[in-house]
Amino acid sequence: MNVQLIRRDTASRTAMVAAPVLALVLTCLTSLILFALLGKPAGAALHALLIKPFSNWYSFSEVLLKTAPLMLIAQGLAIGFRANVFNIGAEGQFIVGAICASAFPVFFPDGAFPLMLPAMILAGAFGGMAYGCIAAGLRTRFGASEILVTLMLSLIAVQILNYLLLGPWKDPRGFNFPQTVMFPDNAMLPLLFEGSRTNISLIFALIASVLAHLMMQHHFSGYQLRTSGLAPRAALYAGFNGRKMIWISLALGGLAAGIAGASEVAGPLGQLQRSVSSGYGYAAIIVAYMGGLRPIGIIVSSFLISVVYIGGDSATVTAGLPVAAVEVFQGFLLAFYLLTFTLIRYRIAFTPSQLRDAP
Amino acid sequence: MNIIEFLLAGTLAAALPLLLAALGEMVVERTGLLNLGLEGMMAVGAAIGFICVYESGSHLAGFAAAASAGMLLSLVFAGLVLSVKANQVVTGLAISILGLGLSALFGKSYESQTISGLPKLPLPVLSDIPVLGPTLFTQDVVVWLSILGALAMWYVLNRTKTGLVVTAIGENSEAARAIGYPVTQIRCAAVAFGGAMCGLAGAYASTVYTPLWAEGMIAGRGWIAVALVVFGTWQTGRIAFGAVLFGLLSLGELTAQAAGVGLPSQLLSSLPYIATIVMLVVISKRSTSPI
Repeated sequence: MNVQLIRRDTASRTAMVAAPVLALVLTCLTSLILFALLGKPAGAALHALLIKPFSNWYSFSEVLLKTAPLMLIAQGLAIGFRANVFNIGAEGQFIVGAICASAFPVFFPDGAFPLMLPAMILAGAFGGMAYGCIAAGLRTRFGASEILVTLMLSLIAVQILNYLLLGPWKDPRGFNFPQTVMFPDNAMLPLLFEGSRTNISLIFALIASVLAHLMMQHHFSGYQLRTSGLAPRAALYAGFNGRKMIWISLALGGLAAGIAGASEVAGPLGQLQRSVSSGYGYAAIIVAYMGGLRPIGIIVSSFLISVVYIGGDSATVTAGLPVAAVEVFQGFLLAFYLLTFTLIRYRIAFTPSQLRDAP
Repeated sequence: MNIIEFLLAGTLAAALPLLLAALGEMVVERTGLLNLGLEGMMAVGAAIGFICVYESGSHLAGFAAAASAGMLLSLVFAGLVLSVKANQVVTGLAISILGLGLSALFGKSYESQTISGLPKLPLPVLSDIPVLGPTLFTQDVVVWLSILGALAMWYVLNRTKTGLVVTAIGENSEAARAIGYPVTQIRCAAVAFGGAMCGLAGAYASTVYTPLWAEGMIAGRGWIAVALVVFGTWQTGRIAFGAVLFGLLSLGELTAQAAGVGLPSQLLSSLPYIATIVMLVVISKRSTSPI
């Protein structure tokens, strides 16, 4: 007998839901075993990771706070991923968005700038978009791989951030910490609920989800993007402009990440810091895939990954796990999802071995 | 020791982790794959290598364990990409995230511990040259072995049939499969080799270059190695040259600050990435790149 993977004509709906659930179960089991082997209280760790975030209103509101940037970035990235444009530099676009937005409160620390907040969000959006478009330009003009260019641009963005925070933008009264001044009140996003830090960036993310859904399912450009990803040759014969797909993918990915970056400094941080991103740009790639690259799926997966983030914080206290346990959990989750994802795209066929000579 | 002597003495050691990881990834990319998990595999190699040297006192055991750990993690990549056809970009990132997490988890109880590095071995005759002798020609044994290893890799890839097969698979895997080469197995072997090299690179960083364990100590060197493979246009010699250049830059950041040079050190840190983007633009026009 010979095992073969045969591509499905249409994605199996059951498998689309089953794959992430199965991946989550497998990740929990693997993490349990790993934590136990390392002599950590495995049960307590898993409880902290997945249950604790729901135990009180404040933790839950923190989950919602982290869901916003993850959802927003992932919605932008998924558009590109479905067109086979691999923007893996959302981290850099997020940072550039945060920097551009911070320019206003840094230069007007007393808040004496009209329309401070809208200007910041717009600057973040444009900054992120422009940074993404560098890769689009190099890809369409010179054929430079957007995978490597966006990766390099992310690493450069970190250095730009370091330069600003250690040099010209450092808060003169900040005890030499690499961070800017605290932003004035009119540079802060309004809160959604009293007594929590959840702000209206969650609304931005939900609006982005609706727009992404409308675009991908009901607009011609979405159809073109999907076709470019699924059947590049068919897209070529149909006369779809491949360059346009690359520009749209990277511009929208950068735009979303830029808004997320702006919301982070105008939200929970209230200033530009070195750790402004805490890996959102990379985690959003996990979110996009776990959500099956579908806007509705991403709403669910961004919430799930956020739960793990917040749970990881409490696991460091209750189960003595290092912060990195979250990364381990995320890494396993993505790896297992990629494994179970096969169920969506392929069906497993058992063929008699005499037929196996065909390539 | 003045700045020139400092650079002469330290550049090769600074370049070594980059060189080992990039040479491994070069073989992977030559077979037509792209594994972005270098940062994670190096981190795991660094943690396992350090723990092993700390517990056993043997650098040989440390390097062997680190290579195995890097290889094990790379086989996760190979399994997902080659057998269930997962997207390799995303899989590579998963390996990076997982590796960074695992290294921190394993190394938790060794945080800030130190071990002794390796003694410097002066090369006979050459080490008698003034200035160059006690600096450039006095390095630890891993540096000398790695230079020999790089030469051997150049020979195998450019002068033997094995090298031709690897290149053929990268250029046209369908044709290579049609001729009857076991493409999947060879790619798997290449990925495993790349993983082992990353493990060694990590172990060198944590047990010889700076013999201590600190979470996040790989500090982006895996990404620089990814850049280096492109910068060196998938050629052993050019990658070795690039490694020395990038190694020099990383030391330059330190010396520039010490010497009070006006240039922001972040600009120096960015140079490898900027150079790589420029290189991508230049070579993509000629489209000889395997990815």
